[in-house]
Amino acid sequence: MSIFSTKKSWINLTIWVLLIALIIAAPSVLPVFRLNLLGRYLSLAIVALGVDLIWGFTGMLSLGQGIFFALGGYCAAMFLQLNSAGEFPNGIPEFFGLYGVEKLPFFWEPFKSSIFTIISIWLIPAIIAGLLGYLVFRNRIKGVYFSILTQAALLVFFNFFNGQQKLINGTNGLKTDVTQLFGQMVGSEIMQRWFFWISAVLVILAWFFARWIVRDRFGNILIGIRDDEARVRFTGYNPVIFKTIIFSIAGGLAGISGALYTVQSGIVSPQFMTVPFSIEMVIWVAVGGRGTLLGAILGAVLINYAKSLVSEALPASWMFIQGGLFILVVTALPEGVLGWIRKDGPKKLLFLLGINKKLETYPSLEVNEQGEVKS
Amino acid sequence: MTSPLLELKQISVSFEGFLALRDLNLVLNQGDLRAVIGPNGAGKTTFLDVITGKVAPTKGDVIFKEKSLIGQKEFCIARKGIGRKFQSPRIFENLSVQENLALAVSRPKTPLSLLMNSLKVKHLDQIQHLMSIVNLQSKANIRAGALSHGQKQWLEIAMLVGQDPDLLLVDEPVAGLTDEETDLTADLLKSLAGDHTVLVIDHDMEFIRRLDCPVSVLHQGHVLKEGSMSDIQKDPLVIEVYLGKSEEEE
Repeated sequence: MSIFSTKKSWINLTIWVLLIALIIAAPSVLPVFRLNLLGRYLSLAIVALGVDLIWGFTGMLSLGQGIFFALGGYCAAMFLQLNSAGEFPNGIPEFFGLYGVEKLPFFWEPFKSSIFTIISIWLIPAIIAGLLGYLVFRNRIKGVYFSILTQAALLVFFNFFNGQQKLINGTNGLKTDVTQLFGQMVGSEIMQRWFFWISAVLVILAWFFARWIVRDRFGNILIGIRDDEARVRFTGYNPVIFKTIIFSIAGGLAGISGALYTVQSGIVSPQFMTVPFSIEMVIWVAVGGRGTLLGAILGAVLINYAKSLVSEALPASWMFIQGGLFILVVTALPEGVLGWIRKDGPKKLLFLLGINKKLETYPSLEVNEQGEVKS
Repeated sequence: MTSPLLELKQISVSFEGFLALRDLNLVLNQGDLRAVIGPNGAGKTTFLDVITGKVAPTKGDVIFKEKSLIGQKEFCIARKGIGRKFQSPRIFENLSVQENLALAVSRPKTPLSLLMNSLKVKHLDQIQHLMSIVNLQSKANIRAGALSHGQKQWLEIAMLVGQDPDLLLVDEPVAGLTDEETDLTADLLKSLAGDHTVLVIDHDMEFIRRLDCPVSVLHQGHVLKEGSMSDIQKDPLVIEVYLGKSEEEE
């Protein structure tokens, strides 16, 4: 056990050193376009951490994380739109004029405050996730039914946001790159560099937070719920509360992630709530390694970077590659890339390729022609 | 006379017309050790499901410490002091032996306490003590899924004791164990009775005989006969429905 955990911590340490070196080196090495992409992918790693908490640890496969991701994005975008609406007619964001709206809808009002916005970015998704989760978990909806239900909820939110032109500009979404913050354009290079740093720091903080949650008995209860929920109940714990809390935390992380992604991609729209995008989040975690936390970060960053590189070279092929990657991981590396590395996968692969010799863990036995062991 | 710890009154359970239990009565006093036997389908497991709140009875009442348990959630019943061991060992396979026990002994069992507080020293001592009872000290940090079948059964019993229940419901603790392990389990359960009230369900006659305690025979959802093992074995009715049949099958 002790050997196992030191090896595990060595692998973790190596990956962290590489990751932090990448983050520190990136701003001076990468052109701002690439840096912005990396910043976006780091922000996506935060939603992936949430998916890992609820799926990897607790065993609840949510296909609706896009809801909370988009909500966080809308909170940030509403603030930025209001912050730079001064010059427009009625002092409200420009798009309202297109639909003849003259008065700011009531729920926009609190987003004039920056403090309210910073809190609401994670708190609103967390509360909605908590409410939705509580109703679902209280009725003991699990497994496939839970997945279907979250996906249905995603579609409800998507259709609602898509249709509300007069409230939140419907299908067009809210643009943020031409808005102002601290006297700068949000889409400007200097702001984008800042957002990169904020994303990088928040990913690391989110990792520490997630790590802290699962480090001890709370995390063990989550694993217990995943493996045998009835046993958890008969041991005297109420699984509903634990599931609600963790689902709510994942919702909050998704909100932070969505807000950071929005300011770096320049727009939030109902496209954040499409079905494929929420499924992609699950794929990042599956490829990186379920229940490893670090794997979720790696999966989100690497797959998305691969996506942008492949899409530039061969525009139509990414979906095939992503599908193939997912199938490969599910069949060949069921524990994801990180799980595979931790379980001596590379060593075994070298052996399969004939590069490395297999260690003799058992004394070799003499075998006769029939394959029987000689006595 | 003090009131009994657990009392089942006229319990009936109907699954879409099929009566799994009918008018079942049973009384357990503080410190009792009681065995329940019965052929397959006699309703043994359903009867535990009713006590632990997994199945709601169609009729009747379950009284525990003078209060009804009907309509209570499973985790509430567990917190009131009823621990249950399942037929096949159900432990948290991906946690270590020590972590399994830590979850059982933790108090209070609320999310905040699990997240914020570390385990108290008295609970750590309790874990060590539990591991020594079931001989798993050397396996403290081993993944529970890697234990042998017998060790898993014992770990589950240890988790049960760690919950510090007044009543232990033990469902087929010796299924799949070797003779030696069976004897040790019998001794273990006997040593637990007295401080706790223990109710054991099993098929294994040799094991029940070793427990040396009153036996209730369950047949078609109600108690056919109660008495000592030797009385039971002489009863013609019991022989007919259970003992005789099982010998023929062999």
